[in-house]
Amino acid sequence: MKIVVCIKQVPSTEARVQMDPIKGTLIREGVESVVNPFDEYAIEEGIRLKERYGGEVTVISMGPPQAREALKTALAMGADKAVLLSDRAFAGSDTLATAYTLSLGIKKLGDIDIVICGKQATDGDTAQVGPGLAQRLNLRQITYVSKIREINLKNRKITAERLIESGTQVVSTALPALITVVKDINQPRIPNIFSIKKATRAEIPVWGMQDLGGDPKDFGFDGSPTQVVRIFTPPPRQGGEIIQGEVPEAVAKLIEALTSRNIINL
Amino acid sequence: MALKVIKENCTGCGLCVDVCAYSGIKINDEGVAEVTESCILCGQCVDVCPAGALMMEEKKATVEDIFDYKGVMVFVEHEFGKIHSVSFELLGKGREIADNLGVSLSAMLIGAEGDSMALEVARYDVDTIYVCNSTWLKDYQTNTYVAEAENIIRTYKPEIVLIGATTMGRDFAGALAARLKTGLTADCTELSVDMEKRLLLQTRPAFGGNIMATIISPNRRPQMATVRPKVMAMPEPVKNPDVQIIQVQPVSGPQDMLLDILEFIPDTAGTVNLADADIIISGGRGMKGPENFSMLFELAELLGGAVGASRAAVDSGWMPYAHQVGQTGRTVRPKLYIACGISGAIQHLAGMQTSENIVAINKDPDAPIFKVATFGIVGDLFKVVPELIRQIKGKKQQTAC
Repeated sequence: MKIVVCIKQVPSTEARVQMDPIKGTLIREGVESVVNPFDEYAIEEGIRLKERYGGEVTVISMGPPQAREALKTALAMGADKAVLLSDRAFAGSDTLATAYTLSLGIKKLGDIDIVICGKQATDGDTAQVGPGLAQRLNLRQITYVSKIREINLKNRKITAERLIESGTQVVSTALPALITVVKDINQPRIPNIFSIKKATRAEIPVWGMQDLGGDPKDFGFDGSPTQVVRIFTPPPRQGGEIIQGEVPEAVAKLIEALTSRNIINL
Repeated sequence: MALKVIKENCTGCGLCVDVCAYSGIKINDEGVAEVTESCILCGQCVDVCPAGALMMEEKKATVEDIFDYKGVMVFVEHEFGKIHSVSFELLGKGREIADNLGVSLSAMLIGAEGDSMALEVARYDVDTIYVCNSTWLKDYQTNTYVAEAENIIRTYKPEIVLIGATTMGRDFAGALAARLKTGLTADCTELSVDMEKRLLLQTRPAFGGNIMATIISPNRRPQMATVRPKVMAMPEPVKNPDVQIIQVQPVSGPQDMLLDILEFIPDTAGTVNLADADIIISGGRGMKGPENFSMLFELAELLGGAVGASRAAVDSGWMPYAHQVGQTGRTVRPKLYIACGISGAIQHLAGMQTSENIVAINKDPDAPIFKVATFGIVGDLFKVVPELIRQIKGKKQQTAC
């Protein structure tokens, strides 16, 4: 089975990207880059599918040269190959251009059976690249997958559970397909020291615009219809009122506060 | 390259470096700004540069005449025969935007009971409803719905398309925008119009709500946005709707249903689902065990709310993942969020800090959750929550008498 996992390197949430409300500048205390948390589940699921059905897992990422580190994490976990799509021409990509670039990278990998993406990345939180990529590659899509029930390689079918607002939907479709996964799907493994060391030495090919072919105007800034015009800090939350008193008294005050403001109606 | 440094103007002051969230610009050995490979071209540095040394190239206009596109269109989402409330919220917001721009408001209704649903949609002050009706369009499927929506949009050319940022809406919008090769902004919490340029200003949280970004889509049409449910006000229905209903012939067929929907397993924990809840009672590590969530369910039942959980509680197996609130779970924005025994790690805050009101109950007075809480009670939740239940029950009985 040929499995492709798309990953993104994101700033660690711990880094707390925030704005200085007075200076209006971004505070980047200890910005550390990590594999997007949802993509760890995607990598793990790819490796599990390989263990269950045989085959090969290729991880692919679009990003600056340092995104190599994210790919090495995936290799350490057990992915077989990694490819980095990196080029100055990709800078400024929005989700449309990113999906386009990734689709060309995946096409270059040859025939594939399944593409696995995380539900969304924790920096942009768009959840748009997976569905966009499925369209570009003309693959069937199953988003928000919480469990792969079965892959039947003979009939070329995948049956999976999707987590939607009101419950779980069980769907089946033909391969090749693209799925996006949620956290419930698995527990990602922690790579051991040996595999980390091995991954550190891995040579990761870098493909740029020339390698991918495609139309230069569809990449990066020019290929991105959306444009950020303003970034600002949301207004700070009001309140922070600590209700004092013994439990019965504090609870009574809380209920009064909530009912008088029509937050709850009793 | 789209970000240019005009070396002669650069004073090497470094303000651009300070403002960049991505290490996308640096002061090089010559003492002038230099764009690095990490630049995402957000343009923040251009805005702060006091010397006029940074310049963003204009996006190239596409061949297509964007002025052929007119009007605001709302995608009507439905499941199990019921229209999602976010669609009505969007019709309300869509009306405001359409009025500002002096254009019409339309709805796009794809389904098997389109005609009866159209009557319901008609009550929300919409000018035109495009109905695409067929048996195989009964349930949402990416492929069939995207094909029909693409056809409707290419035929009727709206300049703006609004979609609810639900699981369905985001599955649909991401695919549709790729098909139309147009701009899509996810999960907006604010929409307004730049009247001069006639552009939709789409504002959304990023980095887990720590910063907000306003996004435009200047050169392609339609401008598409998914909008978070419960953010826009629910409009009042109109008395005598004056609406034109246009039947659109489907372009897809039964063979285009690429997905077999085999089964649906409803979420049975609690009676209200998290995404729709106006009130959410959430429990964290401080709940100490799964059995203690029963009191949160009791409180939720009393208030007509849903029960959520922190990552710690889900990872301990106390609550199913579907109830996890936070960065790797769901993002919620209820009217009231009551956090019980949740310390308020940044990952949790990312999923709930835009809630209208937050109540925190925690025994640690230094817990970060108190910093975002509208009201806080420092105390033992095992005393506070039962007392809350007792007093609410008491009040309810009083009202009933």
